[in-house]
Formats: sequence, structure tokens, C-alpha cells
Amino acid sequence: MAEIQQKGGDEGGKKRAKKMSTRIDMTPMVDLGFLLLTFFVMTTTLAKPQTMEINMPVKPKNPDEQLQLKASNAFTILLGDNDKVFYYKGLNDGSAKVDLIESDWSKNGIRKAVLESTQGNKDLVVLIKPDETSTYKNVVDVLDEMTITNTKKYAIVPMDNADATLLTEKGGR
Amino acid sequence: MPKVKVHRTSPSLDMTPMVDLAFLLVTFFMLISKFAPEEVLVVDTPSSVSEIKLPDANLITISVGKEGRVFFNVDGTTTRRKLIDKMGEKYGIAFTEEEKELFSRSASFGVPVASLKSFLNMTPEEQKKVRQPGIPTDSLRNELGDWIMQTRYSNPKAIVAVKGDGSSDYPAVGRVIEILQEKKINRFNLVTDMETRPTL
Repeated sequence: MAEIQQKGGDEGGKKRAKKMSTRIDMTPMVDLGFLLLTFFVMTTTLAKPQTMEINMPVKPKNPDEQLQLKASNAFTILLGDNDKVFYYKGLNDGSAKVDLIESDWSKNGIRKAVLESTQGNKDLVVLIKPDETSTYKNVVDVLDEMTITNTKKYAIVPMDNADATLLTEKGGR
Repeated sequence: MPKVKVHRTSPSLDMTPMVDLAFLLVTFFMLISKFAPEEVLVVDTPSSVSEIKLPDANLITISVGKEGRVFFNVDGTTTRRKLIDKMGEKYGIAFTEEEKELFSRSASFGVPVASLKSFLNMTPEEQKKVRQPGIPTDSLRNELGDWIMQTRYSNPKAIVAVKGDGSSDYPAVGRVIEILQEKKINRFNLVTDMETRPTL
């Protein structure tokens, strides 16, 4: 680099270092910084998945020891194929004809039905019976409705023949 | 009239605060985050209004895929090591030290115990390519139940989380829940996505 002679003050030929600018071009550093930032934002999982805690009733050793549920305290939800949902009040034990009502997942659907029944009867037990054709999503949705409506007593129960025929009659499978 | 001279400012910006901010954020993300674990099985979980967070440690994750394939995962290298010892003993398979080491560091898997040995001996690339059939859950060969029980013996604090795909048929997940009930695990978690709670 060509030395530029400093004017004046040239005492005894003393060499003075050229003063360089202290400013650094930081653009590449910014680039790098944001590149890393983008990488970390995209590769990492920040939100931990939510969970739903579920307690299943303990299976009794002897089925006869099980307490019978009173029909007046029962509320059954049947899950069919293609996101169909049905419900009826009482039990389907063949003694009386049950009235199966088709419902839906909207605000005024199954939620309203569950809410109205639980408010009228504190001892109500909701029985959830998913059919073989129903999806896991529907089951989670029903369990979710239980949380939303603050229903404390509910259980997932396997579907029996009586309910299966009822569901077939209504076109739910 | 003399021209008014406009004082021109230099176009170069002082980027120091920008660099500071960028690296602060980089540091923040590096410290706060964990790398997303590689999942062989794609599971699209349904959403719920539940606000409970999944715990960090002592977790048994049972994933159920769209086609009903069941995968098993447990965290903690010591737990995994004990687990493979116990499973090897139970099924009469002698795993070498190397295989045990590999198993203790691997992630979720979905192969029957019988083919676990050959699966562990594959390279990671091969493991990704091979289609894992899922862990047998039928009543004749209830390997999932054994995995769960042996994990509970290896780590009594372990919590079970079921991660099911929303579009899978219920019987696949129902079978897993049934096995859990058979093994006297009546309290478990269902992994879901977040959803806002509707007002009643």
C-alpha cells in the first residue's frame, strides 16, 4: 500500500502507523446470525404436546360383583362410522324400547344433550360405546366433550349386541 | 445565490445492535429447545381442550399409526438397558453388549422381539428404509403387554402415554387400552394437540 506522507510534524523521520478505521462491516455476521436463528426456529419443537389424563375403571375380578347401573342414571353415547354420533337415555336391556337419537358434533349437538342430562341428574353416568367402524378421533372428541361439560362420571364400554343392532337400524355402521 | 450544501450522511449502518439481537435469539433458541426426535411412524394426533403438559422424563410412549401399527418407545438409557436384558431373558434371546448399547440409544421401534436382533444390527439408513410391521398385540403373542410390564419393572415411575392417530380405526387404539387394563394400568395419558376451550 502506498504510504501517504503525513504533512507537517515530521520529526526525526519517526514512522507513524497509519490509523485504520475501527468500523467493521458486520453484514456477514448478521447474515450468519439470522441463518442460525432460522435453522433453530425451524428444527426445534417448542410446544410440548398436550395430554389428556384418563382413568379407566378397574376391571372387577368377578363380573357378578359389579354394581348394576340404574337405568335412570345412564346415558349412552354410541359412535358410528363417518363421524356419526348417537345417544339415548337409560339402558338398553330389552325391557323397554330405547329411543336412539342421532346427534352431531356441533355446539347444539351432543354437548347440549350431555349438559342438559348432567345438570338434571348429578349421579348420571355417561357410557361411551365406540363401534368398530368409529375412529379414534371421535373417541377423543367425546372424551373432550366430557371435559367441556364437566362430566365426572363416564366410561368407555365395549359395544354389545343390543346396541350394535340399534346402531345398524339407524344406519350408523 | 449560493447553493445550500446538503450534508450527506454515510450510507453504512451501525449493525452492532442487530448482531446483538440475532445472537441473543440464537442463544435463546439453542438453550430452550430440544431437537425434535425422529419419528419413523407418522402420527397425526387429534386435538383436545386438555391443558396438561406431557412430562419430560419417565415416559412410555405407545404410538398407534393410521394402519394400526403399534410402536413402542421409552426414555432413559438405563431403563432401556434393563428392559432389553429382561426382554431377552423372557424370550430367550441373547443380545450382545453391542446390541444392548444400540438399543439403549435408539428411539421408537415397531418390530416383534424375534426380529429385534436383526433390526438392531442394521445401519441407521437401513433402519429408516425397512418397513417395521409394528409390535404384535394379539392375545396369542401379546408382546406389547410384555414390553409394558418389563418397562414398569425396570422403571416403576414410568407413565404410559398413548399417541394415536386421529384417523385410525378405534379398535386399534382400543386394543392398546385393553392391554393396559389387563396389565392393571388404569391411569394413562392420551397425547393430543391443543385446542381452545369453547364457552358453554
